[in-house]
Amino acid sequence: MSDIQARHPMPERDAKERARSFEEVTLGYDDQTALAEANRCMQCKRPPCEKGCPVSVRIRDFIGQIVAGDLDESVRLLKERNALPAVCGRVCPQESQCEAKCVMGHKYEPVAIGRLERYVADWDRARPVEERSSLDRPSAEGARVAVVGSGPAGLACAGELTQLGHQVTVYEALHAGGGVLAYGIPEFRLPKTILNEEIAALERAGVTFKYNEVVGRITNADELLDSGFDAVFFGTGAGLPTFLGIEGENYNGVYSANEYLTRINLMKAYRFPVYDTPIWEGHSVVVIGGGNVAMDAARCALRMRADKVTIVYRRTIDEMPARNEEIEHAIEEGVQIKELCGPLKIEGRQGWCTGLEVQQMKLAEPDESGRRRPVTDGSKPFVIDCDTIITAVGTGANPLTADATCGVELNKWGYVVADEDGRTSDPRIFAGGDIVTGAATVILAMGAGKRAAQAIHADLT
Amino acid sequence: MGYRILDKKQLSGSVFEMTIAAPEIARKAHAGQFFILRVNDCGERIPFTFSDWNAEEGWIRYIFMRVGKTTHLLEDTRAGEDIVDVAGPMGHPTAMQIGKRWTADKTIAADDHLVVVGGGVGTAVAYPVARAAIEAGSKVTVITGARTEELLILREELEALDLHELIIVTDDGSAGREGLVTEPLRELCASGEVDRVFVVGPGIMMKFCAATTAEYHIPTLASLNPIMVDGTGMCGACRIQVGGETKFGCVDGPDFDAHVVDWEELMTRQRVYAEQERLADGEYMRTCGCHE
Repeated sequence: MSDIQARHPMPERDAKERARSFEEVTLGYDDQTALAEANRCMQCKRPPCEKGCPVSVRIRDFIGQIVAGDLDESVRLLKERNALPAVCGRVCPQESQCEAKCVMGHKYEPVAIGRLERYVADWDRARPVEERSSLDRPSAEGARVAVVGSGPAGLACAGELTQLGHQVTVYEALHAGGGVLAYGIPEFRLPKTILNEEIAALERAGVTFKYNEVVGRITNADELLDSGFDAVFFGTGAGLPTFLGIEGENYNGVYSANEYLTRINLMKAYRFPVYDTPIWEGHSVVVIGGGNVAMDAARCALRMRADKVTIVYRRTIDEMPARNEEIEHAIEEGVQIKELCGPLKIEGRQGWCTGLEVQQMKLAEPDESGRRRPVTDGSKPFVIDCDTIITAVGTGANPLTADATCGVELNKWGYVVADEDGRTSDPRIFAGGDIVTGAATVILAMGAGKRAAQAIHADLT
Repeated sequence: MGYRILDKKQLSGSVFEMTIAAPEIARKAHAGQFFILRVNDCGERIPFTFSDWNAEEGWIRYIFMRVGKTTHLLEDTRAGEDIVDVAGPMGHPTAMQIGKRWTADKTIAADDHLVVVGGGVGTAVAYPVARAAIEAGSKVTVITGARTEELLILREELEALDLHELIIVTDDGSAGREGLVTEPLRELCASGEVDRVFVVGPGIMMKFCAATTAEYHIPTLASLNPIMVDGTGMCGACRIQVGGETKFGCVDGPDFDAHVVDWEELMTRQRVYAEQERLADGEYMRTCGCHE
């Protein structure tokens, strides 16, 4: 692999074999490959890649330390800006962020920054706990901050606040931490041991996690502030699944992607009956949507032994919001994609879904979002036979938000109104991530959590 | 770590009452709300509505019938042991004025005459609702029904309340009136002296109660018990058509206008995992060593 023009491919397990297993798909670089890939980095004087990172990871320097052979220093630099490098190395859309700005990418392929991030983070994880690069413990007493939600925004906020010397308590509604990283992203993309290790590292740094706490019911922002917290950060996500509003959506066998993925990832229904949570194992599964969540649901369905999995999308593959890598992986594993297919209604018999009626579409002029609008091509609708339908068409704000945030200004969709630094209409209440922006990415939520932590720090000290 | 079981009582062959230490939840619980538990680290998340709670003593209580693996596991626990997860309170407290948004300080409005109907273990939910309505100043009649006398629950507790009337109904006539709860409900409705009705029990019972009160145009709330996973609005497993709109049992309910609930859909959706539930429970009975 002496060719400097091409990045080093990510080793992955064979598509046929992996399509029936929840083990991680990608295997990670070995030492030699990582060194060779790190050597492709030009060590720019003013690295543009770092501008593409929502948490401003010192990309040039951590890669430089791989070349220098000092992985200890490399991981220290990485964790200085990013509390969850092993997670981000796996799930960040690097191709549209840091790697999109890589100078190498002007002429050749960009440096595989995400793969190197994962390599360094995994090297650190392989060490005994006491040798791992740890987050700094707060030196002073600091302020007390409640973080609501333990997803990417909450974890990043908690990590940053801790490093800034504050005492953080995280309130999580579920019995396990990680939010969408736990219930949404499947084991084969993000092994839960990695997530749990990152949470354990935060605990070792002094963060307290309280599980089974539904803020908005058991307590709320006012009570938390009254009980001695100096500030509250809401990183509760956009956790309410959207349905299409078409006929037949409540038939048995029809799932929101959130439910399907939660049963599998959080509740481990793929190990039923060892784990008690069941899932309907369909033979013929249709997934509606074109984002990463749709890809995750489709690939989970294959692993739940479906004979046939079809993704139905109104536009074409080119317009899909999912990462290219996810789409490619899904296709390699055997997922079929029906483009230009608009769902009309769900057919059923005796309460169970039996098919999805769809309309063939074509692309017309671009709409306000800039994407070409799908319109019917005038042909006769047809039915795709299936016994399971998973709708992955987005999420909305949870109605508990209003009860939780106690009068903080919400917009008309129920999301919290907050500025770039997470400041809301109440000076002691902050928010960031999907509960402010609507559904976005893990790293954008982490960036928002981190900026809010800095704003809280600035306000309290 | 975990939530300590303070007491477990067998109320009949398959019905049990469990009291769990959960001081924070006990301070916030209201009539009609529920919680979600997980028995162990492999456990399913299962919702139960509070049958009672005590903020001073820091406990919550619920009643369950053994129907599947989780309730079997619960049956096999003992006082002094822990269950791993209890999350709550969830859902809105019962509000007797349909359409009126729940407020924390006034969970149940004073009404002239409220009839509370509880069927089977649903009576465990009817009891705190009746008690709260009395505290709010309502005149309350309770109709409690079961297949047979042995399955009647909370009889003494209901008798201790300051009820206008307690009507007991059994299918076989072994206690109280013989018949179905809809019969005394119809008579009360026909008398013209009922302002509102609250029903909780098996889907089929609630469906027929709703049909009965609809004839007399009496506003009726039903406490629904759809399948849930997270219980916080995140998954939509508990969705149900109410008045032509899809609602989530967990965050919009659990109480809904009984006259516009799609009962057939609710009952169909409750059966979605019937086969897997039988498999899991069978496997448990085969391997746990205590059901030879």
